[in-house]
Amino acid sequence: MSPTKTGVPRAGPGAALDRAETARYARHLVLPEVGREGQERLKAARVLLVGAGGLGSPAALYLAAAGVGTLGVVDPDVVDVTNLQRQILHGTSDLGGLKVASAKETLHDVNPHVHVEPYPEKLTSDNAMEIVAEYDVVVDGSDNFPTRYLVNDACVLSGRPNVYGSVYRWEGQLAVFGVEGGPCYRCLFREPPPPGMVPNCAEAGVFGALPGVIGAAQAMETIKLLLDVGQPVAGRLQIFDALAYRWREIEVRRDPGCPVCGDRPTVTAPVDYDLFCGTAPTATPGRDENGVAQLDPGDLIAVMTGNTSRTWDPADLLRLNLAWDPTDYPDLGFARPFLLDVREPIEWDAMNLARLGAVLVPMGQVPERLDKIPRGRPVVVYCHSGVRSLEVANFLAAQGYDEVRNLEGGIAAVLETNPEVLGLGE
Amino acid sequence: MNVLFFASHRELAGAGDTVVALPERSTVNALLAALRERGGGLARLPEQVAVAVNRQYADGETVLADGDEVALIPPVAGG
Repeated sequence: MSPTKTGVPRAGPGAALDRAETARYARHLVLPEVGREGQERLKAARVLLVGAGGLGSPAALYLAAAGVGTLGVVDPDVVDVTNLQRQILHGTSDLGGLKVASAKETLHDVNPHVHVEPYPEKLTSDNAMEIVAEYDVVVDGSDNFPTRYLVNDACVLSGRPNVYGSVYRWEGQLAVFGVEGGPCYRCLFREPPPPGMVPNCAEAGVFGALPGVIGAAQAMETIKLLLDVGQPVAGRLQIFDALAYRWREIEVRRDPGCPVCGDRPTVTAPVDYDLFCGTAPTATPGRDENGVAQLDPGDLIAVMTGNTSRTWDPADLLRLNLAWDPTDYPDLGFARPFLLDVREPIEWDAMNLARLGAVLVPMGQVPERLDKIPRGRPVVVYCHSGVRSLEVANFLAAQGYDEVRNLEGGIAAVLETNPEVLGLGE
Repeated sequence: MNVLFFASHRELAGAGDTVVALPERSTVNALLAALRERGGGLARLPEQVAVAVNRQYADGETVLADGDEVALIPPVAGG
């Protein structure tokens, strides 16, 4: 193998095209920049897609159609109905199934000559180096900051280009990181944002066709790297504004002080990215490191109604409706907490804790709507599974709310323990 | 100088851009401090913000000149 100008190894021998492939790739074969040699190179190439979601879908479809011989797909998730608005690898009949399974099926249908290697698992500090080493180029279509830093570091440490894309509402970013002499993701974003600062797609929304644009561009940049043609978007972060239809280019150079690709790197193996990003889930009940207490879902009824038997008594419902504001009913004998739901309205509509007096303020609106959250009274925060609400609970504690608790396991845990208190579709 | 906001920063600022007047030879860090002092959502601009001056990535000590275009680059993780 001879190195190319971007450091991507050239495909070895043994990738000759058969007659069916020659016909299939006819429009590539006539391009001087591809030709038979280039197409054979694509056939021998191995590309890893981290995430089979909004970005991974179009990227994988174009890479498969282009005849990239092996596509690794890492994704631990199953297909959810809210994915289908943009994740075009998956269809309605795939709901509830593993994304890597529907990805493999769809890609095989697009191009049966392509081998798809599914990884139905999360990319972690333990498996990333081993998996990345198997591939020539990595396409980062992940959906969270810990994975973004992990992909970056594993790529730099393994000498693999990282074709980065990300989306938020109507805006996207695109860049090639980790090629020789170029910057990496950490040169651009040295520190992760504070947890909870940047909402994810579920919280903020994303325009469905946007990841189509960015993901297709990731496929294009990947193929250019594999063919060693043109100029990759290395060192040139692209920021796309779909509403204005405008691409902006920002020149980013390698930072000699970068902890992973700099002159004196301090990160020489994958680290704990949940810790680095401040997103570490709290494993034990009670208090987390920031001092916000966890509330056991089994205690929720007792805490909200003063009924310590932990069982739901319909009389409590009446009492709660009367005692909407506990300060009006001091004889109740307990400080009834303010129950704060920080999910999105669509999640609230599906199921909620209105029967226990819950009030909805979606996570992204909490900082602007603190006036909706009373002080001088305990606050219990919940979301679907307890992750978003922990961020909000910590935020409220930092804002001076003194008795904040996070409902551990979220409304999903209440569904398990006390489904009778849930308002369904109310 | 003209400051551009994207993605989550755009929502903090409530606008895609703004004009900031600063003393001569002010740095990027001084600009960020001035933005935070405006209060509202901008008060919550994180400690570390990636910045480009005239479409080139720049550090906090970079000295600004009148008429510079300063873009705040938000981290975005959605996929």
